[in-house]
Order: sequence, then C-alpha cells, then structure tokens
Amino acid sequence: METLVACLAGFLVSMAIWLMLSGNLMRFLFGLLLLSNGVNLAILAAGRLTPGAPPLLGASGALPPDTMANALPQALLLTAIVIGFGLFAFALALTIRAYRSFGHLEVDRMRSAEPAEDRR
Amino acid sequence: MSWVLALPILIPLVTAVLAFLLRGSRMGDLASVAGAVASLGVAVLLVGVVLDRGVVAGQVGGWQAPYGITLVADHLSAAMVLITAIIGLAVAVWSLAEIGPDSSRLGYHALFQSLLGGVAGAFLTGDLFNLYVWFEVLLISSFGLLVIGGRKQAIDGAVKYVTLNLIATVLFLAGAGLLYGATGTLNMADLRGAVAASPDQGLMTLISMMLMVAFGMKAAVFPLFFWLPASYHTPHYAVSAVFAGLLTKVGVYALMRVFTLIFVGDIGYTHEILLWVSLLTMLTGVLGAAAQSDFRKILSFHIISQIGYMVLGLALMTPLAVMGAVFYLLHHIVVKTNLFLIAGVSRRLTGSSDLYAIGGLYRSAPLLAALFIIPAFSLAGFPPLSGFWAKFVIVRASLDGREWLVAGVALLVGLLTIFSMTKIWAEAFWKAHPDGRQPALAELPLSARWQMMGPIVALAVMTVAIGAFPSAFLDFATKGAEQLLDPAAYVAAVLGEARR
Repeated sequence: METLVACLAGFLVSMAIWLMLSGNLMRFLFGLLLLSNGVNLAILAAGRLTPGAPPLLGASGALPPDTMANALPQALLLTAIVIGFGLFAFALALTIRAYRSFGHLEVDRMRSAEPAEDRR
Repeated sequence: MSWVLALPILIPLVTAVLAFLLRGSRMGDLASVAGAVASLGVAVLLVGVVLDRGVVAGQVGGWQAPYGITLVADHLSAAMVLITAIIGLAVAVWSLAEIGPDSSRLGYHALFQSLLGGVAGAFLTGDLFNLYVWFEVLLISSFGLLVIGGRKQAIDGAVKYVTLNLIATVLFLAGAGLLYGATGTLNMADLRGAVAASPDQGLMTLISMMLMVAFGMKAAVFPLFFWLPASYHTPHYAVSAVFAGLLTKVGVYALMRVFTLIFVGDIGYTHEILLWVSLLTMLTGVLGAAAQSDFRKILSFHIISQIGYMVLGLALMTPLAVMGAVFYLLHHIVVKTNLFLIAGVSRRLTGSSDLYAIGGLYRSAPLLAALFIIPAFSLAGFPPLSGFWAKFVIVRASLDGREWLVAGVALLVGLLTIFSMTKIWAEAFWKAHPDGRQPALAELPLSARWQMMGPIVALAVMTVAIGAFPSAFLDFATKGAEQLLDPAAYVAAVLGEARR
C-alpha cells in the first residue's frame, strides 16, 4: 500500500516538474498544485498507512486492542493543505493581476522589472 | 509557558490585527509604531533573561516536549529577536514618511507587523514543522507587501519571488514530513538524538539536502538566489529595507540551526557543499552587483554576496568561524536595512533610483552622504566599523583552518564590494545631477525629514557603536557559537535534564 502511494507521489512530482518547466505562468501554477499534492501524499505515506485502524479511543478512553493510526502526519497534512490553499489562492490572484498588467502569461517576456538592454 | 518567549511573537500579531482594524487612519499608523516599541521592550527583556539564565524553553499549551510545540531562546535566537524588533521599529517609523494613504488603507501596517511576527516566530520555535508554519506566515505577509503598490514593476518582481519561494516551501514541507516518517519526531532538540541514532544515515543526509536547498533558496545562496535581484528593487523602499534586513537572514538562521543542531552526522559531506556554495555565493553576488546601475539592484546583489560570508562561517564549523557567522548576521541586518533606507531618501530627493539619472547629493545633502558612508564602508569591511570585525573574524577563521583559497576569496570580495560602493558614491553623491537639480533634505516636509532621518541616524550610530566597542558583541557572539556547537544546554532546556 505504501509502495503504491509512494509511486503515485513520485508520478505527481514528475508531472509537476514537467509542467513547471513551462514558460507559461498558468502551467507553472498547475505544476505547483500537483507538486504540493504529491508532497502531501508522500507525507501521508511516510506516516505509515494503517487502513481500518482510526485513531479513536473506545468507551471510557480505552485504547484500541492492536494498532492505531498515527494522527500526527494527518494533522500536519491538514495544516499543509490549508496553508497550501492560501498560498495557491494568492498565486492565482497574482497571475490574474499579471495577465491584466502584461496581457500575456509568458514569464520570459515579463521584463518590466529588468533594466532595458544596451542602455549606454 | 514562559511569557517572555511568547510575547515577541504575540505582540506583532496583535498589533497586526489592530493596525488592520484601524487601517488608513492615523491611529493605525501609530498602532504599528506603538506595537514596534512594545516588541522592542519585550525583546530587550528576552535578551536579559537569556544572558541571565542561559537557554530558556517553554512548552506551548503545557504539552511536554517532544510532543508539544516548544519555544526556545538561546543567545542566537534572542539576539535575532532583538535585532528584528530594532529593525521593525526603525522601518515602522521610516514608513510613516513613505507609505501613502493608499497602501495604508490596503493594510500595509498589518502586513508589516504580521511579517515581523512570522520572523520572530521562526527565530523562537524549537519545532521543525512549526518553523515551516512561521515561514509561511512571513512568506504570505511578504507576498502582500511586495505587491501592495500595485505597480507593473512590482507585479513582475512578485511573479518571480512568489513562484520560486513556493517551490522552496514545498521542498521544506517534504523534508520535514520525510524526517518525521523516518525518526518519529519533529522537535529539533529531540531530532538531534533521533537523527544520530538512525540506522539509515544515507537517508538522513538526503533529507538534510532537501532542507539545505529549501533554506538555501530562502537565504538566496548560489545558485538559488535568482528571485532576490528580480524582486527586491520593485516594492516600496520601506518594504525592501525590511526584506533586505530580515528575510534572507531567516534562511541563514534556519541553515545555522539545522546544520549545527540536527545534521552533524556527516559534516565532511554537508559542510563541504556549504563551503563551495558560500564561495560561489560571495563571488556571483559581488560580480552581479558590479554590473548593475540601479541603486537598489546593486544593494540587492550585495545581500547575496554577504550571505556567502555567513554561510562560510557555518561551513567552516570551527568555534571562531561560527562566532564570526553569528556576528556577521547581526551586523549585516543593521547595515543592509540602513543602506536601503538611505536609497529610499535618495530616491525621494532625486526622483530616480537609476544611478546614471541622479547625482549631486554630496553637495546638496551632505548629511545623507555622511550617513551613507558609514554603512557602505561597514559593508565593505573598513575599520573601525562593524563590518571590519565581522570580516576579520571570518577571514581569521579560514586562515586558522588553512583554507587559503577561502580566505583569498573573502578578501577579494571585500575589495570588489568597495568597488561597487564607490560606484554608488561617484554616481549618486559625487557627480552633479544630470538635470542640474540641487536635491536637498530641506525639500522634505519637516515631519518626513524626522521620520526618515531618525531611523537612519539611529542605525548608523549602532553600526559605529558595534565597531567602536566590538568586545561586548564579540563575547556575546562567542557565547552564541558555543551554544550552537555544543547544543547540550539547548537539548537539556527543551527536553529536561533527565533525557539528556
């Protein structure tokens, strides 16, 4: 099970890198989204998958008989997902603003912060 | 829970809320300054406590380490919190003169204070995942500050800043997650033992490399620095001053913390990489600066080359070298912020930041020229200013370690730094203004003059004071380096004596 999730995470990351190498800002953002999802999956797998063993205590706080899932990686994931969502929302808004400012999303042609060439 | 550890984080965050509620009004501006003053008071208190008691730690919510989140302050953390508060106050006052009602209404002061809160949190936390969260707090605030002017140039800079920093963030998250999966803990003091005891040292080195890239990108080291010169010259001057002073240093601090506390199992490998990275960072930064003709762009490239010195101190990993790195870190924050503030005044007086389009400041604003000389020469390492001692210690440490090449590069970069400072001096201050203007400080309204020149003078005085009385600061840095290189006290403070 962990192997499968790990392979999926690797696949997502490789797709993400392919998308992020594009000069188009929108493609880059999709890549970033895939990358953070791939990393989230990797963290979930690194915390060990224990299907059917939720981290819940029984009646009057009794511990479950055998295994219990580690809840911490999931708590980390929730935090990371929320933070990632916020950052992605900002990046998306920035992209819209950039599109309105420049009329295109080709990063190579965004040079208004760079000095003009051959100035002297 | 020790309040003196929590307040440096809470005060800026509470101030941010207040400043947001009062945004656009004079009260909001004053709330920001008042919050900065309160932060400074608490930071002084924290340094006092650390000097008195050594490393202090507190567990948030009373959850015992390593299960809860730990706040911990040693000499380095406390000093960084203090310097953050000083810079916060200086820039909060300075921005009163620069930030107009438009940006203020959009929440400039709230973002500024939450940035300071994030920076202080990053310096004080003793938990790797919590460090990630503070990085995000300061990152999202910096995003907002970067675009708040809304100029086309700033949007362009922000695109590069945001995208590259988000990649670093994801790498950090992946490294932290994998480290938890491998060791079962995220408490940094606990990680020291857990990483050393791990059967798979190769995996630990791999994870350390992920964190090195993530923090290296934040610290703007070679070859990960490209976002910095693409963006730091675009926002408001107050924003770039606080970025230049604090943001990259958070990355350097994280590198220093992680590579002295946690990943010390394979120093021959990890710190050798840091050594080469630092050399190339120094060289590319200073050569990049030589090619620029914009006031702030030159200064931005200099941040990069100076970061190299700090990483070099960490890479050499001797007591003297780490002491030099700590000292360098503290001195550089003051100097670099001041240079950006001076660039802001120069821009206000002359109307441009393009060095070929401005000039005449020496004749018409001699006070500004004199104040520029202090941090500029300090940055280049002239005695008796603070930068001289910082460079002296680093070069001495590399000579002691028989790293001749390293010492040579460090000295050469110092020389080249003088070259580009001379360029700024000659173009902006010495030569006459090409349009024949006589930009004088008296043109500024009286209140703006005080708000702008006050912080600059205060920071310049600090630079001179550190240079004139270096022994107190060097002693402090020595103590900080001792704690970094022998973290027994740090680990004991966090985990309790029993688990040492």
